[in-house]
Amino acid sequence: MAKRSIIPFGPQHPVLPEPIHLDLVLEDETVVEAVPSIGFIHRGLEKLVEKKDFKQYVYIAERVCGICSCGHGMGYCEAVEHVMNIQVPPRAEYLRTIWIEMSRIHSHLLWLGLLADALGFESLFMESWRLREKILSMMDATTGGRIIFSVNCVGGVLKDITPEMLREISQTMDDMERELKPIMETFLHDYTVQSRLCGLGVLTRDQAILYGAVGPMLRASGVEYDVRMTGYGAYGDLEVAPITAADGDSYARCEVRLKELIQSFRLIREAIGKIPEGPIAVPVKGSPSGEYFMRIEQPRGEAIYYVKGNGTKNLDRFRLRTPTTSNIPPMLETVKGCQLADVPLLVLTIDPCISCTER
Amino acid sequence: MENRKFLTFARTSIKNLFRKPATVGYPYQPADYPERMRGHVEIKTDNCILCGLCMRSCPPGAIRIDRADATWTINRFDCVQCGSCVNACPKECLTLLPGYTQPASSKTEDVYQCPKRPTPAPPKRPA
Repeated sequence: MAKRSIIPFGPQHPVLPEPIHLDLVLEDETVVEAVPSIGFIHRGLEKLVEKKDFKQYVYIAERVCGICSCGHGMGYCEAVEHVMNIQVPPRAEYLRTIWIEMSRIHSHLLWLGLLADALGFESLFMESWRLREKILSMMDATTGGRIIFSVNCVGGVLKDITPEMLREISQTMDDMERELKPIMETFLHDYTVQSRLCGLGVLTRDQAILYGAVGPMLRASGVEYDVRMTGYGAYGDLEVAPITAADGDSYARCEVRLKELIQSFRLIREAIGKIPEGPIAVPVKGSPSGEYFMRIEQPRGEAIYYVKGNGTKNLDRFRLRTPTTSNIPPMLETVKGCQLADVPLLVLTIDPCISCTER
Repeated sequence: MENRKFLTFARTSIKNLFRKPATVGYPYQPADYPERMRGHVEIKTDNCILCGLCMRSCPPGAIRIDRADATWTINRFDCVQCGSCVNACPKECLTLLPGYTQPASSKTEDVYQCPKRPTPAPPKRPA
């Protein structure tokens, strides 16, 4: 048996500014085991729900994470609306859906850029982020914020999108789909990219289910599961089929995310075509009493929002389980048996968001 | 592993050599802010009745109101530009305007003087 040694990895590490620490147990250069530790950026945002008005807390919920911001606001609002039996106007549901799909595009393009950066393919990284800038400008023009939207409120949304803006969004989606083609070609067929990704960190279908993988990580292992199929928001009226890949390696995860971008472009165009006229919010009276579990599909995977109200303006409990929390155990499984130099890339392929995880 | 290609990015790289930059040459070129951008909070002090709803609705507690001096104070370094105060204002004297506030080396507060209004008389008791 070769001599074992332990190498600390993180919280400051080469791929991304997310403070996760792994103790890597190595035999020569091969990883035998990885022991995680998190807790570097815990902010106690869940506890804050007891101090703030439940309507004010939306602004805090969407600041849990910079990338899944719109989804956190929407998930929290939908959970409170279910507790209070509020029927959100259909236009508000469509607007929320358009915005969350826009944030999915922005999140996946950010991840693709980071992946290219981790591979050392700097020009591909810049090209992905150049494309991402278009969607950020679109979000800035429609909501007033590039990353933090602040458009969700309990009972609907705060801002409407004008017909001219909707046409502009539709046009931008067409342009972006055209411009994504060469980037997609490089990610999927380039010799260099394939050499780094193919066969790396394989997670089988059974392992993905056993360790509770979610989102693109789960779908890349061939499991057809997407929370959008449950039909929350406006997804009930739209055609959502989960995008899967069979191999379960890093290449499959990249492929799933690229194809989800194309799906999001289509979903936004479909939602713009079907968006009904009408009010964007309903007045909210009283305080929530009761509890509810809301599940939504964030760009990184399934997120769960638990809300418990006691009839006062402050909630008793808010619990948020983020996709990265679920994806850490499968990630630890994928690093077993890989080379030390591949660990940063494997940590990246789950699209980790430690800010979300620690809240 | 099939369908491997070489130099897939060469065309894009060569094209980019002759394209103009995707970025704006800020600060030499002014930044273009969209109309809806949530940059900073502005107050029209003439309409303000110092009701305090903005102060109560502010999640980070960046707004302070002093009724005795009739001042409206905002700590712009605590403000997160969420727009909660703008939605809460009954007199519509608060607005979110495009453009960021200036950076500084220490946290300072902006104090606005509102018109002093006579204290309303207490409601009459029913006879």
